[in-house]
Amino acid sequence: MAWNAPRRRLASRGVSVYPWVAAYSFRRHAAYPLGAFAEAITNTVFGFVRAWIVLALWDARPGLGGYTAADAVAFCFITQAMIGPVQIFGGLELTQRIRSGEVAVDLHRPVDLQGWWLADDLGRAAGTLALRGVPPMAAGLWAFDLTLPGPAGWAAFAAAMLLAVVTGFALRYLVALTAFWLHDDRGMQAVSLIMSMFFSGMVLPLVVFPGALGEIARMLPWAALIQMPADVFLGRCSGAELWSVYAFQAFWAAVLLAAGRALTAAARRRLVIHGG
Amino acid sequence: MIEVRDVRKTFTVRSGRLRRRRTMVRAVDGVSFTVREGEFVGYLGSNGAGKSTTIKMLTGILTPTSGSVRVAGLDPARRRTALARRIGVVFGQRTTLWWDLPLRDSLTLIRHLYRVDPVEHRRRLEELTELLDLGPFLGTPVRQLSLGQRMRGDLAAALLHAPPLLVLDEPTIGLDVVSKATVRGFLERLNAEHGTTILLTTHDLGDIERLCRRVMIIDRGRLAYDGDLERLRTSVAADRMLVVDLARPAPPVQLDGIGVERVDGPRQWLRVPRGMNAAAVVAALARRYEIADIALREPDIEEVVTRLYRTSGAFGAE
Repeated sequence: MAWNAPRRRLASRGVSVYPWVAAYSFRRHAAYPLGAFAEAITNTVFGFVRAWIVLALWDARPGLGGYTAADAVAFCFITQAMIGPVQIFGGLELTQRIRSGEVAVDLHRPVDLQGWWLADDLGRAAGTLALRGVPPMAAGLWAFDLTLPGPAGWAAFAAAMLLAVVTGFALRYLVALTAFWLHDDRGMQAVSLIMSMFFSGMVLPLVVFPGALGEIARMLPWAALIQMPADVFLGRCSGAELWSVYAFQAFWAAVLLAAGRALTAAARRRLVIHGG
Repeated sequence: MIEVRDVRKTFTVRSGRLRRRRTMVRAVDGVSFTVREGEFVGYLGSNGAGKSTTIKMLTGILTPTSGSVRVAGLDPARRRTALARRIGVVFGQRTTLWWDLPLRDSLTLIRHLYRVDPVEHRRRLEELTELLDLGPFLGTPVRQLSLGQRMRGDLAAALLHAPPLLVLDEPTIGLDVVSKATVRGFLERLNAEHGTTILLTTHDLGDIERLCRRVMIIDRGRLAYDGDLERLRTSVAADRMLVVDLARPAPPVQLDGIGVERVDGPRQWLRVPRGMNAAAVVAALARRYEIADIALREPDIEEVVTRLYRTSGAFGAE
């Protein structure tokens, strides 16, 4: 009986749950260092492959896209290090939860669905950063002559990374929500993978894309995920330029998060929970 | 505590590869009921009858196509978040716990989720730990818990914010006899001692018989029965069974109005229609046969429900 007595006090007390979600997600993703290490090795090996390819390319066309050879190699390794945190290959656990019907549990919680998963994803990105981000960068530094930022450059890069993670989440959240409508999400995942690999600059820096294709590619949201933070890392943006990079990233993050909210509301209206 | 008025929920199902056909499925088709504070109500139905859909509308996960729902004074679909703070929900086939975290950490996260005062939290956790015997596995990651342990953990998770209403969607599914008994005993105490209103969805009739005075039965999206468990037995007019051991094996006995259900050596199962005096049947039997032993069995709930489903035309299901 005594349980129900002091409930008025409860609503006003305590901090928001989101930091806790992020903290536990961080712990969860830092909990399997061996698996992360295997992925880091793969990311590093591909860093070398890409570095040798761009060295050959920049040997034939020095100064291509305004990058020096050291810039281009640094681009390869910093973007390899970003694969994990930005999760450029796509995917969000929410997709499986929608497919299995587990999402019913998430929808019952007294929190915002998108906010919950954003907090979870920020924790994941932080947990992945050290385990999957540091090895490729360290190996690149050891083997090649790279362009590196100074302390202010690192700080500027950290901010751009945070915005990249949020924008990447907003995109993956949208893709995950389509599982409410499409009973097989593989097609959607494949399309989003191609788009994000190509238009983020992961395959080739967007600075070498010629003409209109380059103009368009640099305006799409995927540019905010890899190309822009990498340019900040290489010190190619300073002062007003840096702020315009942040504004571009924040713009796409806001637009995509808003789209995610609208789609969440639509999903709620015509929701079918799978598996009874 | 719960007010449901003429609620309907229809889903559109698409089928066919080239020519997409769209069919409307009425999962819940005009259901009304009221659950008062402190009641312990069983909500019964076969697979696909509309149980889980009703529960999801009560918790605000699904929006009804038409009709009105009020739970703890709120409209669930509009005030989902506020409602979630006032009710506890357990989905038997799913878990609210975090797979990779120890049970204790999941419960801490739930404290933050529902913004429970730390002192209150500690007190309730202690009580729930004792009642549900969580102590031995509080530090174990959820993925390593047995189904019975996980269910007890889920019950604790649903009750840490002391909701006045607990909604259970098949909480004993897949549990062994001992775990079932623990869960049932706990629910009984929760209802009796804390006055928590409980709506229990199940197709385990043992749960209903042990726990619920009132039962609602849904069939093909409509309420086929709502009332006393005892009245259900009589209103469905399920027959009683007279099990007779004759002194020696005999052909099926011949008595007016009595059907023989089964014969196994000297033992015979006689169906005694409701309304017929069992004593008179026994007397008539004793005059004509030598009887070694005799037992009269009341229809059990399974039989009652089976019969109800078979005759649910009479309850207006179609």
